[in-house]
Amino acid sequence: MTNRWPLLVFALVMAVIPLIPGMPPFWIVLLDNIGLAALVAMGLVLLTGVGGLTSFGQAAFCGFGAYTTAVLTVSYGFSPWVTLPLSLLVSGIAAVILGIITVRLSGHYLPLGTIAWGIGLYYLFSKLEFLGRNDGISGIPPLSIGTFRMLDPGTIYYAIWLAVLISAVLTMNLLDSRTGRAIRALRRGHIAAEAFGVQTPRAKLLVFIYAAVLAGLSGWLYAHFQRAATPTPFGAQAGIEYLFIAVVGGAGYVWGAVLGAGIVVILKEILQSYLPLIFGGQSQLETIVFGMLLVVLLQLAPTGVWPWLMSRLPFRLSRKHPDTAPTLPARERLATAPSVLLHIEKARKQFGGVIAVNDVSFDVQAREIVALIGPNGAGKSTTFNLITGVLTATGGSISVLDQNIDNAPPQEVVKLGVSRTFQHVKLVPDMTVLENVAIGAHLRGSSGAVSSMLRLDRSDEARLLAEAARQIERVGLGDQIDQLAGSLSLGQQRIVEIARALCADPVLLLLDEPAAGLRHMEKQRLAALLRQLRDGGMSVLLVEHDMGFVMDLADRVVVLDFGTKIAEGVPDAIKSNPDVIKAYLGVSA
Amino acid sequence: MNTTIMLFLIQDGITNGAIYALLGLALVLVFAVTRVILIPQGEFVTYGALSYAMLATGNVPGTVWLAVAMGVVACGLDLFAMRRALHVKKIGRTVAINIALPLAILALTYSLASAKTPIAVNLVLALLIVATIGLSLYRIAFQPLAHTSVLVLLIASVGCHLALQGLGLVFFGAEGLRGPALSTAAFTVGPLRFTGQNIAVYGVTIAFMVALWLFFGTTLMGKALRATAINRLGARLVGIRTTLSGQIAFLLAAVIGAISGILIVPITTLYYDTGFLIGLKGFIAAIIGGLVSYPLTAVAALIVGTVEAFSSFYASNFKEVIVFFLIIPVLVLRSLAAPEVEEEKD
Repeated sequence: MTNRWPLLVFALVMAVIPLIPGMPPFWIVLLDNIGLAALVAMGLVLLTGVGGLTSFGQAAFCGFGAYTTAVLTVSYGFSPWVTLPLSLLVSGIAAVILGIITVRLSGHYLPLGTIAWGIGLYYLFSKLEFLGRNDGISGIPPLSIGTFRMLDPGTIYYAIWLAVLISAVLTMNLLDSRTGRAIRALRRGHIAAEAFGVQTPRAKLLVFIYAAVLAGLSGWLYAHFQRAATPTPFGAQAGIEYLFIAVVGGAGYVWGAVLGAGIVVILKEILQSYLPLIFGGQSQLETIVFGMLLVVLLQLAPTGVWPWLMSRLPFRLSRKHPDTAPTLPARERLATAPSVLLHIEKARKQFGGVIAVNDVSFDVQAREIVALIGPNGAGKSTTFNLITGVLTATGGSISVLDQNIDNAPPQEVVKLGVSRTFQHVKLVPDMTVLENVAIGAHLRGSSGAVSSMLRLDRSDEARLLAEAARQIERVGLGDQIDQLAGSLSLGQQRIVEIARALCADPVLLLLDEPAAGLRHMEKQRLAALLRQLRDGGMSVLLVEHDMGFVMDLADRVVVLDFGTKIAEGVPDAIKSNPDVIKAYLGVSA
Repeated sequence: MNTTIMLFLIQDGITNGAIYALLGLALVLVFAVTRVILIPQGEFVTYGALSYAMLATGNVPGTVWLAVAMGVVACGLDLFAMRRALHVKKIGRTVAINIALPLAILALTYSLASAKTPIAVNLVLALLIVATIGLSLYRIAFQPLAHTSVLVLLIASVGCHLALQGLGLVFFGAEGLRGPALSTAAFTVGPLRFTGQNIAVYGVTIAFMVALWLFFGTTLMGKALRATAINRLGARLVGIRTTLSGQIAFLLAAVIGAISGILIVPITTLYYDTGFLIGLKGFIAAIIGGLVSYPLTAVAALIVGTVEAFSSFYASNFKEVIVFFLIIPVLVLRSLAAPEVEEEKD
């Protein structure tokens, strides 16, 4: 975060509120509840809004945190400060176990799975003898520092909001880092992220654990705030409410969680205290209104209140431009590198009865531009996917620099120096060009989640961003560096993909229809760039439909038709090859 | 354990399982057509069951007024949506469906409500009420969101569940209700006693399964529904009215939910919030069936019912825990068997 002032002002305001004379204690209780809910919702922001993993079960993780400290302090006389790390640990371990099972599930299975184990855990809490069954555990000691005991809502207030502020800062630090970019690529564009070495399952598990630990922290605070732990606040209803908070605030924004918690907690309070006055003593009226508001809100403002507020700010928060001075070590290139960079031997891919790639063999030499052409459906992109490990081959072998990469996952292929672009652009639309391109350098950085949260990753991060900025400059998009990738034209997005691929410091660049959507001048500039890369020692394998572009640029052309290689040679030979003409025009001209 | 107890438990499990199967089928149906994970399915169950039970005591359930109110809102939304192209025919259609129909049901209910009304009439009235609620629910809550992601639909679905469950408390009170049995016939086979109610549960479940299978496999409307499920835009381009598909799916789900409720309310006491748990067990079956397969869902529902029966006998305290954790091994198997879908999703 470049701008720390809003955060400081917020912290100051929050610190002063309880000191205002005549502040009703009830309001402080409300603020305590908002802080507790905001902690859980912040985890959900990362998990659901950013990572795209919906969980209805976060309340259960609060339960783990609360019951851990309840049992240890009441039954075994531990100090609350000793149980804090233990509470977080128990929530984290529970998240690891549930996460390994559930985060691999895609789409709707995940939320449904979380509803199921959320309810299961609630019943478990309310049935276990040592957790006090439905009555829960009472008489939990308050938090205390020396002889100062945080007994009233006004004192634990500081503990709660300190936790909220620290968590918010850590979360924002995490999002603004190498690991954070990997997390942000989970929801959209995870295939591309994997092609640059991001271990997406690990990133998913990471956010799942992170969200659970935040929920555990909230549970720990809750137990010492209420001085009791009962099953009800950790049930399905609460889990749903936390998700609601995140959605109301704006599921992709850290401060949206705090805002959403404020809105929902206050709204609930108002509904609970005023609705019975209007409609008589009927209970649960607030649930009805609550449910209806949820539906209406989704229909009117599906992205939440926070982004709506931010778009109405009279000023824009400025971004700092990366310093392009720091450099990353380049890939070690063997002096006696084999002349054959990529060797494909009888590669085969069958989808059921369809043979998409039929025993195709060809090589790419060092310092060479090879074009892979053929009519639509010839198997060009499938060949790309076989090389980069997105698809597993049915047969044959593929090797890079004499190393066999048969069925290696994409993350391994890129380590060998093969990076690619995609036929259908796969950028994260709500990340800037710079951030998107920096994903390409993922494997060239080393900082993990913890060092990112603590901002120990700055020198590593500066090198990554500098490299990304240099590559953006190189492809000629320097002016768009801070724009959101989704706001660029399709042609420019393709160029961004090339910059991202270059960030991996490849020896072989695979470009899938790079010139599609480009204007004439842009195509010429692209061709010049590719020639320059080749002269610098890189090889390029490209799929392209623009024959003028291909024939002008390529050193060699490989032609596929219906999955089979029908010709290979220098452009001039291919242009007059009767089989190629037949494949394209249907008859031999 | 002796054989008699085991047989009893299995019978109990199958009866419950049949209900879960019905609900699971409805959930699969709605999800397949609209991508909505229908959490309020449980409310259809309680609304159907408790409306039926109240009608049996000669009272008019509040649900009938809810049907009218939701109809009015749905009609308003329809009129607002077509404000630029108001055709008499279209207006007539929406008024007929959304206002005239619920009003007719309201009038019918008030004129027929008495303690002496035959069971069959009460049953039909309860079904009609819940069916119109289901229809309006789609129009009001989900049709405007039809293009959004599964997640947004899911959260909206939770919102509907909260609102409907709260209204359930208003209509039916916190006390549980039981309804009269559909049939008092009974016979015994060996140690087991089969009541007419048991038979009705089995019969209705099987009938619905066969009917759905025929509907989706052989009729044009069924195929149109499936097409909507797979590709909304494509379905629209070939002339399928996707909103109609959604309405039909919700109508069917509401009817199935209400029938399930009416089938169980003579067996167990239902409370305004019981439906949620029953619906969720149907969910577990539906998830095991992968939200796509009807036969697998039905088999899974029977397993869920049987596991529930046995665990309530051996570890009644942990009955719900066991049932809800049943899903975990299934999820593990699914995640091992099917690698993550590589399609990018929004």
